[in-house]
Amino acid sequence: MLEQQLVNALTLGSVYALFSLGFTLVFGVLEVINLSHGAMFMAGSFAALTVVTRLKAPLAVGILAAMLVSGLLGLAIDALILKRLRARHAPHLIPMIATIGATTVLTSAAQGLFGVEVQRFPDELLPTREFIFGSVHVRALELAIVGIAFLLMTTLFLVLRHTRQGRALRAIAESPKAAALLGINVEGLFLATSFTAAALGGVAGLLIGLNFNSVTPLMGQPILHKGIAVVILGGMGDIRGALFGGLFLGFAEVLSKAYLSSQMGDAVAFGLLFLILLVRPAGLFGRVLERKA
Amino acid sequence: MEAFADFWATYSTLIFTVGIHALLALSLWLTLSCGLLSLANAAFMGIGAYTAALLTLHLHWPFPMVLAAGALAPAAVALVIGAPTLRLSGVYLAMATLAFGEVTRILVLNLEITGGPEGLNGIPLLTTWWHILLILAAAGYALARLRRSRMGRAFEAIREDEVAARMMGIDVEGHKLAAFTLGAVLAGLAGALNAHSTFFISPREYGFENAVDILTMTILGGISSLIGPVLGATILTLLPELLRFLHAYRLAVNGLILIAVVLFLPTGLWDSRRLRQLVGAWRTRREGKP
Repeated sequence: MLEQQLVNALTLGSVYALFSLGFTLVFGVLEVINLSHGAMFMAGSFAALTVVTRLKAPLAVGILAAMLVSGLLGLAIDALILKRLRARHAPHLIPMIATIGATTVLTSAAQGLFGVEVQRFPDELLPTREFIFGSVHVRALELAIVGIAFLLMTTLFLVLRHTRQGRALRAIAESPKAAALLGINVEGLFLATSFTAAALGGVAGLLIGLNFNSVTPLMGQPILHKGIAVVILGGMGDIRGALFGGLFLGFAEVLSKAYLSSQMGDAVAFGLLFLILLVRPAGLFGRVLERKA
Repeated sequence: MEAFADFWATYSTLIFTVGIHALLALSLWLTLSCGLLSLANAAFMGIGAYTAALLTLHLHWPFPMVLAAGALAPAAVALVIGAPTLRLSGVYLAMATLAFGEVTRILVLNLEITGGPEGLNGIPLLTTWWHILLILAAAGYALARLRRSRMGRAFEAIREDEVAARMMGIDVEGHKLAAFTLGAVLAGLAGALNAHSTFFISPREYGFENAVDILTMTILGGISSLIGPVLGATILTLLPELLRFLHAYRLAVNGLILIAVVLFLPTGLWDSRRLRQLVGAWRTRREGKP
């Protein structure tokens, strides 16, 4: 029983981590709390669902569609809204409010386009195989979710660590001004960051949509709150913190649902977040890992 | 007279809602006037609404006492959570208050006494138009007096520059707690009035979306004066009614307004300084003509 819960927790936790990674990346580089990240999650899920059901495309194409649609939406929000606010040096709260507005627009658009009812992926598309390890049943779908999440996260880590663009991004995270003086195309990388973060959010949305086989216009809201919890848990702007925080929240949520109360799982997560904020506003790993991105 | 009766029968709920939203926007204005971005006001409204409704339903308290309890219960909560929370600033405070709001919503959703997800039904309709008008007017008057008082100026000093305010000998923590708690009083009152004008309440009405709605109203109107939040609340409450023909896309308009205000009118619709300049420019132009 415990092993089974751990599998569920790992699945959920890896998607939380993937979602929060984009969220924290934007905060680390752009110093913006982009509250439209939940809408990217929702948009990715709907993009994949549309491609898969309307165009009868395979699931792999759905993943690409999720990344592309969410990424472009994130790019548009950056180019149309955040860029102007950056130019004005608007205080922190202003982009938060603007991205809340963008979320409302996108959620409302999704409700208009797809209706408010829960939509499902066609069953024949989902992998149905199950692997049995001793007493633990692992669905192929769960393996794929964990695999895709970790693949994308590892790619991001490698890009940030070893490529020219990654180093430039880390320089921007330290100081955009100094980075610009060094000849780094700061605006271009801001846009690229927004695209990447939103694309990761979109894939996370698709993965959750597949895991629970449910896609709705409002699905971005709860995950956004959890993303905020994870990012605070791991330290705002801290990439490794987001990974650990995401996994931690996944385990905390699943285990408290299983062993404490089925309803209170979310309350545990947010109660924990609330406590952490009071004790360590910089996050659990805030002091230990100081690098921002 | 009959025309008025018809009008009232159709639109009284809407007018009540305008008043209650205006009160909520003022409650957030108060917290923002001290530089605190709180997303807890929707939760405070919920605590007020549930406290008031439970007192009416189970203990049959008289309405004025119910209203007072609806205002005081969230204030007590604000005092308790405020002391540790308000050490945080900026985005961290926003996140902490958001987390508090979520914890409150989930608790209300799961407790026995609050009726769980179905909420509370059959709350007597005790709120009348003059209750709302009276409380709104009293709140407006109190806030106008507060602005010009020592406390109001301290709030403003803290909002502009916390360190400088502290150097001038202002008790920053105390004033922040006061702004947070007084904001909770107004939000709780709004909740108590709302519970007794809508017949039923449920946890869905006091979540993140509502916190955002309150924020939108206040920011749209502008926080440079008390007229701003009331104006913002009125516009955003009436607008969805005027936009019924847009159906599901109705809310998108709210979002677009929020974006447009942030991009093009950073000080909100009602900016007293800008208005004075406009009036001044208009006068000079008129006087300039022979």
